[in-house]
Amino acid sequence: MKNNSLSKLSKILLITSGIGLIISIFVPIWAIYLEAPQYPEGLGMFLHAHKITGDYEIINGLNHYIGMKEIHQEDFWEFKILPYALGFFAALAFLTVFINNKKWLYFFAALFLIFGVAFMVDFYLWEYDYGHNLNPNAAIVVPGMSYQPPLLGFKQLLNFGAYSYPDIGGWIMFGVGIILVVLSYLEIKSSKKVI
Amino acid sequence: MKIIQLFGISAFASLAFLGSCKPKGTETAVSGDAAEKVYVAPGKYDEVYNFVSGGFNGQMNVYGLPSGRLLKVVPIFSVNPENGYGYSEETKPMLETSHGFIPWDDQHHLELSQTNGEQDGRWIFANANNTPRVARVNLKTFRTEEIIELPNSAGNHSSPFITENTEYVVAGTRFAVPTDDMNGDVPINSFKENFKGVISFIGVNKETGDMNLSFQIEAPGVNFDLSHAGKGKSHGWFFFSCYNSEQANTLLEVNASQNDKDFIMAVNWKKAEEYLKAGKGRKVKTQYAHNKFDESTQTATSKMEQEVTVLSAKELKDICYFMPTPKSPHGCDVDPTGEYIVGSGKLAALIPVHSFTKMLKAIENKEFAGEYDGIPILKYESTLYGEVQKPGLGPLHTEFDGKGNAYTSFFVSSEVVKWDIKTLKVLDRQPTFYSVGHLMVVGGDTKKPYGKYLVAYNKITKDRFLPTGPELTQSAQLYDISGDKMKLLLDFPTFGEPHYAQAVPASLIKDNQVKFYNIADNKHPYATKGEAESKVVRQGNKVHVYMTSIRSHFAPDNIEGIKVGDEVYFHVTNLEQDWDVPHGFAIKGNQNAELLIMPGETCTLKWVPKKPGMWPMYCTDFCSALHQEMQGYVRVSPAGSNVPLTYSLNNKADNAKSPVKTAVTK
Repeated sequence: MKNNSLSKLSKILLITSGIGLIISIFVPIWAIYLEAPQYPEGLGMFLHAHKITGDYEIINGLNHYIGMKEIHQEDFWEFKILPYALGFFAALAFLTVFINNKKWLYFFAALFLIFGVAFMVDFYLWEYDYGHNLNPNAAIVVPGMSYQPPLLGFKQLLNFGAYSYPDIGGWIMFGVGIILVVLSYLEIKSSKKVI
Repeated sequence: MKIIQLFGISAFASLAFLGSCKPKGTETAVSGDAAEKVYVAPGKYDEVYNFVSGGFNGQMNVYGLPSGRLLKVVPIFSVNPENGYGYSEETKPMLETSHGFIPWDDQHHLELSQTNGEQDGRWIFANANNTPRVARVNLKTFRTEEIIELPNSAGNHSSPFITENTEYVVAGTRFAVPTDDMNGDVPINSFKENFKGVISFIGVNKETGDMNLSFQIEAPGVNFDLSHAGKGKSHGWFFFSCYNSEQANTLLEVNASQNDKDFIMAVNWKKAEEYLKAGKGRKVKTQYAHNKFDESTQTATSKMEQEVTVLSAKELKDICYFMPTPKSPHGCDVDPTGEYIVGSGKLAALIPVHSFTKMLKAIENKEFAGEYDGIPILKYESTLYGEVQKPGLGPLHTEFDGKGNAYTSFFVSSEVVKWDIKTLKVLDRQPTFYSVGHLMVVGGDTKKPYGKYLVAYNKITKDRFLPTGPELTQSAQLYDISGDKMKLLLDFPTFGEPHYAQAVPASLIKDNQVKFYNIADNKHPYATKGEAESKVVRQGNKVHVYMTSIRSHFAPDNIEGIKVGDEVYFHVTNLEQDWDVPHGFAIKGNQNAELLIMPGETCTLKWVPKKPGMWPMYCTDFCSALHQEMQGYVRVSPAGSNVPLTYSLNNKADNAKSPVKTAVTK
């Protein structure tokens, strides 16, 4: 009979991942930093699982020049879903250890990767919407200019340099994704050896 | 004028002390690395905050050291059209007195709050010399928060010096006057019978800094000049220099310069407290204003106090003692250990140093040389630690570096002299350009001076700066005192006429700064916490405009239906919640100043339009790229016209959403 139980390493890392995902509910997931000559100290905006923190109100004030929409927490359905999604994945990690079945690991890994990709796509679409849907009556209209922040990394937007990076929660999610892929690979390899 | 007379002998002084008729020039006075020592590279901070009294401009000027760059002018006793202090409805009460609103005063001395005799960077106190007052400035906001007027006083000069835990700020009266409960309408030549020199002790609340006039001491009618509190072992005592022990009332430059010795008055304020508790004071009916600025409502209120308790130094024998001190002493300075009390006789050719220990012993052994108007005079030899011989001419003021050295300014011989407190030997002398008044060492009147820099505040500048007509700038000169010899580093011009100054390492102040006011905490009764709340309310002939400002528009920005005869109050709330984004507000033809509104703050400008017409208003502080667009109109119609009172925010984007609204009439 095929041995479908998980290795000790997998169990430990799955529990670690589960704890990590719980932590990510409570810490910032993504950070957007803006720098400009007038803001040498920088402006930071932090996306958490359920809220936005940082200088977003100041950013809103500045964005009215170019006609960007104001950022308001209540406009994002994602904040209502995300804490539960992360909680669900944490539970799934523990459940996989409890059931101790490789198939559950593969299922978990696949589902989490889909979630990760969807998260990034959603984030991109959000940035696209904010960067392109500009008020035509704005004070400053630069023909052909859009203000979509970078998905990851740096981009110059008029006088502002914009940085976009995962924060603690985001790094945890990346880490969990990588762990799941590596573990799945190792488990598949060990399954083949047994046969 | 006494001083002018002395110029004649200054040449003699130079001969005697410098060995040359011609003072040293800058060329020899400035050493090679001076530029490097004062250079603060772009983007770097200065090491020290220097708070400099404004003298006859009534304000406080804040410089950075060692660069000598002006950072801010803080209005205290004078109106400041630049930011609306004394012009806005919120700040007008700050300048109320028992004589009504006073737009100016003469600001001489500053003192930073202390804890355990060390600077704590919380508040700075300022005196008003002309209409006696003491103010407290909060160093988190650099704003004047409180001003208390002093009854029974005239010429508040020996002020605002403080005790080592800021228990009290004192104020000694320069002009002896009849007390407020006596008839002041008496012949001036009845000076000796009727005139008193009153000293005020203003209690300071440890947590809030709130001041109250705890008690006053009625002392003989002499002119109190400067003062300093005892510290360490002499904590509990206060020392006041005085001149005119002759009690002259005319041509003082001659008549008050007759006595070989005047006095430093030692006040046992702990003892005075006991007498106060025991009910020994006399309640004097009087009137004095007590003005406070409330940060939560951003509004000042003025209250008229009615009574003060006065202790008589004559009756309560053991609270005041006179220490004879040559000759018309100005500076009255206590060294960091609290043992040595240095008097600087403006007309003396030596510096007397009293010993606190000897003074206590002399009091104990009743080594009195007599009485002066009922106050015991201690024998000069009994309190004297020693004299610094031939230090220079015209000593004015002494500060300390905490390493056993004292630094005294000399007005007449125009120099700073460094001497050893223990040996009383002169160690070094450097010229000043010209005629130094006060000097200041960083933390130089505390238990733990920071040292390093000394600044001389000069009265005459002549050829030091580009000339500007008959009225020349005054100046400060920065010296490096870290080595054995003092080194002149820099001249910088100053506002008004600086007298005493204070300085503190920047680290004690800079990180505590309020960057903006949280709009949620704004409890101003006319605050408008969002554009949607903007409105115009008419109450009879009073029109209240609840206006907001945010980059880059006012709401409302158009108002119609104001009539000649209306009193219009613009209550402008700055909605910004970011550092360094003030908005200004000004309207054409207003017989008033502008407003400068900090983020989260509400300020009120009163406007009484005199004739019908179209009156533009605009933002005066360059707030953004679209600052120039931040403007609007007020239409004024003749009295009795029936133009309805309406208002709107008529910018293009909002036009559809924000139609013209009708004002509320109450």
